Amino acid sequence: MSEEKNIEQPSKQAKTFENPYYAKREVTGPDGQKFIVDPMKDYFSDECPTVHEPNSIPVVEKFLNWARAESLWVLGFGTGCGSIEIGPLLTPRFDAFRYGVMPRPTPRQSNVFIISGYLAVKTLKRVIRSYEQMPNPKYVLALGSCTINGGMYYDSYNTINRLDQYIPVDAYVAGCMPRPEALLAGFNKLKELIKAGKAENANEYAKNFDWYKANQKKIIKDWNMPDYNW
Amino acid sequence: MDFELKRLGFTLLGLLIVLNWGLLMGAAMRKIGARVGKRYGIPWFQPWINLVKNYAIRTSLSHGIMFYLGPVFRLSGGIGLFLFMPMIIGSQLWLNYSFQGDLVLIMYFQFFGMLGMALGAGEGGHPYSAIGISRGLSQFTTIELPLTLAIISIAIQYDTLSIIEIVQAQQGGFMNWTVFTNPVATIAAMLSLLGVLSHSPFNLVIAPNENPIGPPTEYHGSFLGVLQTNRAILHVVEAALFMNLFFGGATNWFEFFAKTFLIYFWSVFVGVVFPRFRIEQSVSWFLKVPLVIGVLAVILYM
Repeated sequence: MSEEKNIEQPSKQAKTFENPYYAKREVTGPDGQKFIVDPMKDYFSDECPTVHEPNSIPVVEKFLNWARAESLWVLGFGTGCGSIEIGPLLTPRFDAFRYGVMPRPTPRQSNVFIISGYLAVKTLKRVIRSYEQMPNPKYVLALGSCTINGGMYYDSYNTINRLDQYIPVDAYVAGCMPRPEALLAGFNKLKELIKAGKAENANEYAKNFDWYKANQKKIIKDWNMPDYNW
Repeated sequence: MDFELKRLGFTLLGLLIVLNWGLLMGAAMRKIGARVGKRYGIPWFQPWINLVKNYAIRTSLSHGIMFYLGPVFRLSGGIGLFLFMPMIIGSQLWLNYSFQGDLVLIMYFQFFGMLGMALGAGEGGHPYSAIGISRGLSQFTTIELPLTLAIISIAIQYDTLSIIEIVQAQQGGFMNWTVFTNPVATIAAMLSLLGVLSHSPFNLVIAPNENPIGPPTEYHGSFLGVLQTNRAILHVVEAALFMNLFFGGATNWFEFFAKTFLIYFWSVFVGVVFPRFRIEQSVSWFLKVPLVIGVLAVILYM
């Protein structure tokens, strides 16, 4: 009992978390030269995203959209229980490679982000970072009812309910869990949208950047990264 | 028409043929791998679509000048290999710009692209790129050793450093091919070919499911398009190098396609059967088996 009394009570003031890795500091180089490192400025770009207009020649844009639709590289980032369906999707039974779908390990080379199920707030932060690193024609496929209205986690204290408040969504695949066939149907829907030139959500994100960023900051309390990180 | 102008045109046409043949062989390799894994696999024209899509990516962000130059160096390594490689023997127009002593230059160009890529990917700043580079360079150094020894062996055998003369010495029946006249050097070189084409047992460096994709982690859009273009060219030209040195060269395009495909298929065949080596396993394997055979090949012809 006496030991418990000695434990310091946390102060009532809200503490902000500061990662020492991101702190501004003076570093001594190998030749004794001293210079100031500010990781938040040096390691990230905090430029806002810009709108990249589609090609002005309709025929060219149509051809490029066809190529984009037939070569969908998926970011290998499973967020919720839906990621268990990605395995069967790529293995012999469903074999999504037939439709030009291919997993890719880095956001720089991916075009499609499958949000596979519920998003915890902590995961949302990583999702935003990964989404912003993807190059411009980028598409989001939201999997499962959790991304539409929260699904079975609708009253959870730690998951978001509506994904399109935080990043723009191109196509939803409803269900809990959607089977790989449903995911393939979602890919086909996405292909239709891309071929019709209606999948310009990367530009929508750039246009409504402030709205999305305000929503994101409302729910992510420990925002220790630049507003936009390429 | 002026011969030099004509030769330039034919070289560019050859580059186009080699690029498309490389993309098709890449698709065939993916398809074979898929069928072995009981999948149907990609459509045969998927590499072309991927290429168009990558060149059409709108975002292009830089990490500095060297980041731009990395893929450019890589591509000039591949095209440099192509320029000095005789494609079809017997036609002055398909010999490209090969000359006396081009074998030395080709050995240099094999490393040139890798070094440029190392500088470029290093400036990308991603830690996985740095790890990929150190793995790639250490593995490729050990791949080059047996290959160089095999090439020294056949340079002693034919007493020349010109690829054309080596091919011409092999004409007149398949029993004149180096694979029969100098089998030890051929074995050393064919084992190192597995590493040069970087398929399965030795593809740790750029395997997508290891440290995310290694050196090109930060490369996207048209940068990646350039790297893919180079990969297609490089695979055919490496196969053509081995065809010229060990399998009697080609006297027409049909022979060229058949031989390069079979040489390429050798690495695919090994790749679908054997799982991936870790980097220290592959390095020690190259230093144990092919290197010893390579030394033997040189000693036999000294």
